[in-house]
Amino acid sequence: MLTQLTHDRATLSRRGWLAAAAGLVLGLASSPFSPAKAADDTIKVGVLHSLSGTMAISETTLKDTILFLIDEQNKKGGVLGKKLEAVVVDPASNWPLFAEKARELITKDKVAVVFGCWTSVSRKSVLPVFKELNNILFYPVQYEGEESERNVFYTGAAPNQQAIPAVDYLMKDEKVKRWVLAGTDYVYPRTTNKILEAYLKSKGVKQEDIMINYTPFGHSDWQTIVADIKKFGSAGKKTAVVSTINGDANVPFYKELGNQGIKATDIPVVAFSVGEEELAGIDTKPLVGHLAAWNYFESIKTPANEKFIKDWQAYTKNPKRVTNDPMEAHYIGFNMWVKAVEKAKSTDPDKVIDALPGIEAPNLTGGVSKMLPNHHITKPVFIGEIKGNGQFDVVWKTPGLVAGDAWSKELEGSKDLIGDWVGKKCGNWNTKTNKCGGQGS
Amino acid sequence: MFGHLLERVRALFLSVLLIASFALPAFAGPFEDAVAKFANDEFSDTGEAIEAVATSGNPLAFPIISALQEERLTADPESKKVFITQTDGKIIDAATGAAVDKLPDNAASVRLNNRLRRTVEAALGSLTLLSPDPAKRVAAAQSVFKSHDENALSVVEGALAKETDKAAKQAFTEARAAIILFKSDASDNDKLEAVSVIKSRGDQEALAVLTSAAADQPPLIAKAIASAVSSMQSNLAMWSAVQNAWYGLSLGSVLLLAAIGLAITFGVMGVINMAHGEMVMLGAYTTFVVQEVIRTSYPGLFDYSLLIAVPLAFLVAGGVGVLIERSIIRFLYGRPLETLLATWGLSLVLQQAVRTMFGPTNREVGNPSWMSGAFELGQITITYNRLWILCFTLAVFAILLAMLRYTALGLEMRAVTQNRRMAASMGIATSRVDALTFGLGSGIAGIAGVALSQIDNVSPNLGQSYIIDSFMVVVFGGVGNLWGTLVGAFTLGIANKFLEPVAGAVLGKIAILVLIILFIQKRPRGLFALKGRAVEA
Repeated sequence: MLTQLTHDRATLSRRGWLAAAAGLVLGLASSPFSPAKAADDTIKVGVLHSLSGTMAISETTLKDTILFLIDEQNKKGGVLGKKLEAVVVDPASNWPLFAEKARELITKDKVAVVFGCWTSVSRKSVLPVFKELNNILFYPVQYEGEESERNVFYTGAAPNQQAIPAVDYLMKDEKVKRWVLAGTDYVYPRTTNKILEAYLKSKGVKQEDIMINYTPFGHSDWQTIVADIKKFGSAGKKTAVVSTINGDANVPFYKELGNQGIKATDIPVVAFSVGEEELAGIDTKPLVGHLAAWNYFESIKTPANEKFIKDWQAYTKNPKRVTNDPMEAHYIGFNMWVKAVEKAKSTDPDKVIDALPGIEAPNLTGGVSKMLPNHHITKPVFIGEIKGNGQFDVVWKTPGLVAGDAWSKELEGSKDLIGDWVGKKCGNWNTKTNKCGGQGS
Repeated sequence: MFGHLLERVRALFLSVLLIASFALPAFAGPFEDAVAKFANDEFSDTGEAIEAVATSGNPLAFPIISALQEERLTADPESKKVFITQTDGKIIDAATGAAVDKLPDNAASVRLNNRLRRTVEAALGSLTLLSPDPAKRVAAAQSVFKSHDENALSVVEGALAKETDKAAKQAFTEARAAIILFKSDASDNDKLEAVSVIKSRGDQEALAVLTSAAADQPPLIAKAIASAVSSMQSNLAMWSAVQNAWYGLSLGSVLLLAAIGLAITFGVMGVINMAHGEMVMLGAYTTFVVQEVIRTSYPGLFDYSLLIAVPLAFLVAGGVGVLIERSIIRFLYGRPLETLLATWGLSLVLQQAVRTMFGPTNREVGNPSWMSGAFELGQITITYNRLWILCFTLAVFAILLAMLRYTALGLEMRAVTQNRRMAASMGIATSRVDALTFGLGSGIAGIAGVALSQIDNVSPNLGQSYIIDSFMVVVFGGVGNLWGTLVGAFTLGIANKFLEPVAGAVLGKIAILVLIILFIQKRPRGLFALKGRAVEA
């Protein structure tokens, strides 16, 4: 039996031990899935998504998506006459491990391209590796923008392809005059809210009509904040919540909204990180009418989407498996990469990077997305309302496809910047000074 | 309640049919045309159809619009026919009321957006103002209060005149006041009276109505509104302190529930159990499995699912706890760092095992009807799930305390933890008691998982978010003391909730952690330190 004194000491020094233990165990737990066998008749494709840890909830599906897309491509005969072979690694939701695993994929497994990352911090962590070793990363998640790198292709939405159209919709259709910007406390919500705040003010919204609120990761006690939102919404002006709340915190947030009786008809919540997968864990009946803005919804009826869902459910042998926006981003990105390789007749990263801008690939919602010189793509924007069955009903969409801006036009430091890897060969070209460089260089 | 209403509507409808069959063609074109618009799948057409149907006076108006609200109204885009699926599963044609055998294959639910949902609510409000059920009338009056639709004034006044039910009368008076306040040609006196009626209601919604009415009013009224608003706000500010206290209690109960099992394994036994959170998670997944079985086999039992899950979760988590103690922890007594590493590794193993078995995504655990919704107490909203969790936590705490105090096992546990060798000399099988104590702590963590599944995600990461908080509560309250855990949990909960509105959720949490660090520096053994020989044993 221990003495009580040791207990206290041990608890106090627990954090240090925790870190050591975590490093050790995670390091052991995450060996690559498939053994790296060098074979000349295959092209290797790296998959860098967390399969354990906090982000596994979102990223596991994306790993399956790439395996599914590779399977489909191989059925069509592969690329350049060679079969594709996936190399799956598990960075275990551990940001430094992302960089390590990326290095391993490129140097040891010699992959031609990597599909991966979810959080912005994991992307930032692997960036130097991709630059140094000159490889290609396809990043499939909506993010805060303010970045354009030669080695990265951003197939998710930039803020002007998700946040701004959603706010426009609420302003025009719902006549919203008062705004709650609620988010998890990290870079994506902070930057997005900064952009939105500037945008709202440019539209004449006053400071006192904007409430900004941040919560820690995995926040589970929403009573105070939901009550605050209720109070903020009783000022006689139509109020809406713009939510950049991430991951697990959403379920308790929506449960609290439902329980405190905030209905979408009173105070609608538009979310940028809540999709079909997140709703799979909640009873959505009290949430009917709350909104989400995405570039894709499973419920959109097009022949391409219906085929994709059918094939996906057959591949995963699960007739209830849902599809979501980042999956579509991988679908577009993967097909763009295949086309670029075929155009360049090589998997050499330099040639493929040069071939990618201008490549067009159909998306699942009936349009054709195009890779732009700033390495972002064109996408349609949809606003969907949550239905009782956990799906979304599209209530509005942009008339055409929206081109992704790498640099926000709303922010002081970035409104003169553009990314252009075709003409200027520069990710942050300043159009005022006509020089490469500026913020973010 | 609803069935009763439907019956009346059906009776009414039959009588109309009877009249209609004598006086053909009684069904005029406009109603049918309006109904057909539902099939166009355009929000603007649906909006027009709602207005036209609601004001038609046709007995089918109420069934159509309530079906629309509940996604039971379907339309065939080709034949432009619209159907109502009644609550009993029968299908009728919305335009004529004739029974239909089955829905056409391409019939789809009529879609709504938020604007239309508001129109529907307002329309239902004015349609049910004269409902025979007082509760329905109150709800209808509430929705009129919110929409303050001028067209409803005459109906509201008519209803008010013959209303006998007290609550409904009050609701109608308030609804009338809201309409008058927004009516541009109402007299100043009427408006002043309306302001005082709304002021006496005193809640957030009344505040919302008053502030939105404040624009373009004559100066006299504007002044009355302004003073009403400021007095209501100061009243609400007082209530918000009460509300914070309640939120603090509720957060404290969640902390206590998560920590109470750890208070046994860590506090009483001294095992640094990093897998404690995973026991909570196992309890939550047990609830999920129980609900799955109930959903597929015994849907009628759903409201009892939690009651069934509690003993099962205790057995599952407790069983796993005994297994862990027998296979790992018993070899590591007296070696805290090794225990920490082993249990931490174990927690990762359990997480990944659950991830492999149930998938990485959240699993849906439904709230039984008695755990959903909220009620108003004065000006604060109390949600049922939080209230039940508070009661449940206190019950678990009381039972645990009684068990340790009054049962033979409890006596043996206390004896073994206080002086192992003496207890062994007295003939107590110490290793059996160790296993049972650890199993008890784990089982209680499992029970906590049942309750937490009602307010949090059921995912493999569930336990991780509670492990730090649990250790914090146990260490803060004083290791080895159950009452310390209780006081510690509620202190932290209330402190957190009073800091949160001032400092924000992120800073509030940091402030709490800093305070705890300072506190532990001052009193390393927590709030209620154990005294006497047990400390040194």
